[in-house]
Amino acid sequence: MSDSTYTQLLDLACGAFLLAAVVVLWRRDLASIVRVFAFQGLALMAIATLLGLHEHRWDLLAVAAGIGVLRAGVLPFLMRRALAASGETRETQPLVNVAASLLTAAALTLLAYAVSRPLVELDPSPATRALPVGLAVVLIGFFILVTRRRALSQVVGFLLLDNGITAVAFLAASGVPLIVELGVSFDVLLAVLVLHILTTRMRAAFGRTDIDDLRELRD
Amino acid sequence: MTGTGAAAVTAQVVLVVAGAPLLAGLMRQVRARMEGRAGGGVGQPWRDLRKLLRKEPITPTGTGPAFRIAPLLLVATTAVVAALVPLASTATPFSERADLIVVVALLALGTVSLALAGLDTGTAFGGMGASREMTVAALVEPTILLSVFALSIPAGSTNLPTIVSGAIHEPGRLASPAGLLATAALAVAVLAEAGRLPVDNPSTHLELTMIHEAMVLEYAGPDLALVELGAQMRLTVLLGLLASLFAPWGIATTASLAAVALALVLFAVKVAVLGAVLAAAEVFWAKLRLFRVPELLAGSFLLALLAVTASFFLSGE
Repeated sequence: MSDSTYTQLLDLACGAFLLAAVVVLWRRDLASIVRVFAFQGLALMAIATLLGLHEHRWDLLAVAAGIGVLRAGVLPFLMRRALAASGETRETQPLVNVAASLLTAAALTLLAYAVSRPLVELDPSPATRALPVGLAVVLIGFFILVTRRRALSQVVGFLLLDNGITAVAFLAASGVPLIVELGVSFDVLLAVLVLHILTTRMRAAFGRTDIDDLRELRD
Repeated sequence: MTGTGAAAVTAQVVLVVAGAPLLAGLMRQVRARMEGRAGGGVGQPWRDLRKLLRKEPITPTGTGPAFRIAPLLLVATTAVVAALVPLASTATPFSERADLIVVVALLALGTVSLALAGLDTGTAFGGMGASREMTVAALVEPTILLSVFALSIPAGSTNLPTIVSGAIHEPGRLASPAGLLATAALAVAVLAEAGRLPVDNPSTHLELTMIHEAMVLEYAGPDLALVELGAQMRLTVLLGLLASLFAPWGIATTASLAAVALALVLFAVKVAVLGAVLAAAEVFWAKLRLFRVPELLAGSFLLALLAVTASFFLSGE
C-alpha cells in the first residue's frame, strides 16, 4: 500500500467516523441511531486495520477485529434488544433542539482542532493530523450524554465518547497494549449491560426511560 | 482566446435562458410519468411563458418600485451568474472575476429583491413568504460559501474557474472526504436555494406550505413570466454549479471551439440528468415541516464546515 493511498483511506475512514457521530446527533429515530453507531464501529475498525497494515503490526489487526466484533456487532445487538423491549422509537425532546445542537457540534469540532494543534505539531504524520477527529467525537459524545433524555441515546453518547477515546489512542500512539484494550472493551461491555438493566428497571418503575424522571434517590 | 471565450460566455447564457424552461418541463414530465399522468410535454413551460408575456401588465395598487424591479433584477442577476460560473469553459473573458463570493452575493441579491417585492404588496401571504424565504436564505448562503471554500482550499483560490480547472487536472481532490462532504452539503443547499422539495414545494398553492409561491402570488402577466423564468434559470444555474464543481469532466480549459461545443452539450446532458434524478426523487419525498427545515439546513451547514476542516487540517495545509 503506497503512502498516498494510505493517507487517503485513513482520511476517508476518519471522515466517516466523524460523520457517524454527527448523524447520531441529527437523527431522532432511535433504531437508526443504533445503525449509525454500528457504522461508526466499522469506521473505527477500518482506522485500526489501516494503521496495523501500514506499520506491519499484526497484533493491531487482532485488536481491530476485536473492535469490529464488539462495537459493530455485540453492542448494537444489545442496544437493539433494549430498544425492542422498551417500545420507544424516538428521542422526543432533546434538551437542546436539533438545529442548535448541530451548530454546537460544529463549534465543538473547531474547538477540538484548536486544542489538539500543539499535539499535532509534535510529530505531523497522517495519523496524528487526524487526531482532532477523535477528540471531536469525544466532545460530541459528551454533548449527547448531557442533552439527551432517553436512556438509550445516553448510552449511545457514552459509547461515542468511548469510541472517540479509542480513536485518539490509535491515532496518537497506534493503540494501547492488547491487555489494556481488552480491559477497556470488557469495561464498556459491562457498562452497557448494567445500563441495559437500569433501563429495564426504569421502564418498570416509570413506564418510560426519560432521565428527567430520576429526580430523587431512593433505596 | 477572447473571441472563443466571448462566444463561450454568450453560448452559456443563451443555453441557460433557453434551456431553463425546457429543464423545468423535463422535470415536470418525469414527475408526471412516474405518477402515472400523461404530462404536458417538455415544451409546456415555454408555452406558458409565451402566453403570460402576451398579457397586459398589471400591478396591484399601492405597490412601489420594489415590486416592479424585482422580476427584472432576479432574471438579470441570474443571467450574470450564468455568465460567471464556468459551465462550459474556464477560459472566458470573465474568468478573472468569477469569484465565488460574487456569485453567492448575486444569488442573494435576487432572493432579497424578490423578498422585498413580497413585502411591498402588503398582503399577508407576501410578508409570510418573504419572512420564510429569509429564514431559509440566512442558512443557505453560508452553506454554499463554506462548501465551495472546502474545494477552494486545495486550489488555493476562491476563483471558480481555478477551482474547476484544478479539479479537472487532479480528480483525486473530489474523492477525498472533504469533497464528498462538500458535495452533500452543496446538494442540500441547492435544493433549498432553488425552492425544491423537501424545503419548498414548487407546485403548491396551499398557505401552510408555500415559501417561494407566497411571495409571487400578486404577480401577473409579463412580470409573472419573468419571475417564473428567473426561478427556472436559478435552478438550472445551481444544478450547473453543482455539476461543474463535482463532475467537471468535459469542461473546456482551452479556447478551442470544438472543446467548447462539446462542453456545452455535456453541460446540457449533466443538468438534464441531475434534473431528472431530482424530479424522480421528489416523487418519493414529502415536504419537511417548516420548523424542521432549519434543522436540515443546519445539518448541511455542519457538513460543509466539516468539509472545510477536513480539507484544511487532514491533508496538512
